[in-house]
Amino acid sequence: MALKGRDIISIKDLSREEIEEVLKVAHRMIPIAEGKKIDRRLDGIILALAFLEPSTRTRLSFETAAQRLGGRCITIADPATSSVVKGETLSDTIRMLSGYADALVLRHPNEGAARLAGQISDKPVINAGDGAGQHPTQTLLDLATIQEAHGTLNGLRVVLLGDLKYGRTVHSLAHALALFGAEIVLISPPSLKLPDEVTEHLDQMGARVREEEQLHRAVRDADVLYVTRIQKERFGDETEYAKVAGSYRIDNAVLSGAKPRLIVMHPLPRLGEIAPEVDGSPHAAYFRQAFLGVPVRMALLSLVLTGKGT
Amino acid sequence: MAAPRELKITPIKNGTVIDHIGNGLSLEVLRIIGVQELDKDSTVSVALHVRSQKMGWKDIVKVENMELSPRKVNAIALIAPTATISIIRDYKVREKRPVDLPEHIVGVARCPTPNCITTRGAPGESELEVARRRPVVLRCIYCERQMDDFLAHLI
Repeated sequence: MALKGRDIISIKDLSREEIEEVLKVAHRMIPIAEGKKIDRRLDGIILALAFLEPSTRTRLSFETAAQRLGGRCITIADPATSSVVKGETLSDTIRMLSGYADALVLRHPNEGAARLAGQISDKPVINAGDGAGQHPTQTLLDLATIQEAHGTLNGLRVVLLGDLKYGRTVHSLAHALALFGAEIVLISPPSLKLPDEVTEHLDQMGARVREEEQLHRAVRDADVLYVTRIQKERFGDETEYAKVAGSYRIDNAVLSGAKPRLIVMHPLPRLGEIAPEVDGSPHAAYFRQAFLGVPVRMALLSLVLTGKGT
Repeated sequence: MAAPRELKITPIKNGTVIDHIGNGLSLEVLRIIGVQELDKDSTVSVALHVRSQKMGWKDIVKVENMELSPRKVNAIALIAPTATISIIRDYKVREKRPVDLPEHIVGVARCPTPNCITTRGAPGESELEVARRRPVVLRCIYCERQMDDFLAHLI
């Protein structure tokens, strides 16, 4: 496996075999992530976390992942407290951090920033989200969640629901699902459909993709229901937003016709797309999904920094 | 007896002939060539809407005393992928080839994505890869967004 020393910028940079390897290692990392086993394979390693756009969940899970494996982190948690606010360019920040640390994790408000950072840095760069662009570790943890629940990724029927136009997680996830032969069912308001270029890309991959209009019909035979945020600012009119948001809300009544093994996922934070009553249901997988971000990032750090999978 | 061949544009001694340009695209080709940078004694001839056996209608551009840089050839390939380029020296065609769109196009067109790092003063040149050839669709290697409207974004 050749992930050692590699940049992880986009899920498209990884082959199916490489994704499978990350998921396999992530599964082995779970007891370490839970604190039930000790493993110090990143002892002596320093990871630079450059979060030039605020993010709580992703930053904390990278910090946790590094520290669970004995590594240390130097962190820019808020650009307002770094030289970026003085006008330092991204390339200067990256050059400086690659001099200090063994690998860089970058979150940035501009699309393509991570690819540029990878070209500048002589240390591996992991993309932790660049604007509306790529967020490969989110896709990997999404896949880990599905695989843990269903034992496979192949042949599943996955419903992608909500904002399919702007939601960056959905585009990467759809690519990965196509790579593993899952059937993809799309359900969204007409103004927030999957962009044509993503649809064309999935067609070129030979993916099985179809659109569905009725939520209850989509849920009925699904194995995975992946819910995304529908943001108010995407609508000019508040009434229109309220109508759309209401019609895509997941509650126990919507799930009453679902298969017992259906899992409901969400990249979080949620804004009312999933009713709190679902939290206690066996279908709810979104908190497990958030937890799996830690072992997945542990696996990636281990493979990129040490080449060690086991 | 075959009808005598009518020359629409007079021959040039030295320079470049860009033939088989899609009908109506020659003015864009001139923009790429950068006519203002030419030697003041050079003549530029443009033929619009010329009959073509292969294409139906085509445009032709002849430029005296100039050979195109690879960057300009790549830019022409973007908007006129059917074009052929002939290098003329001493009234003779020394080299003739179709334009060839490379897999990666560096410094020819800007990514149109407003939030792309390349439009935010990042160092280095824009780099686009060919996502589709007919019709041409390019993808920014940084933000991965696709573009098919190059004319508005040529550098």
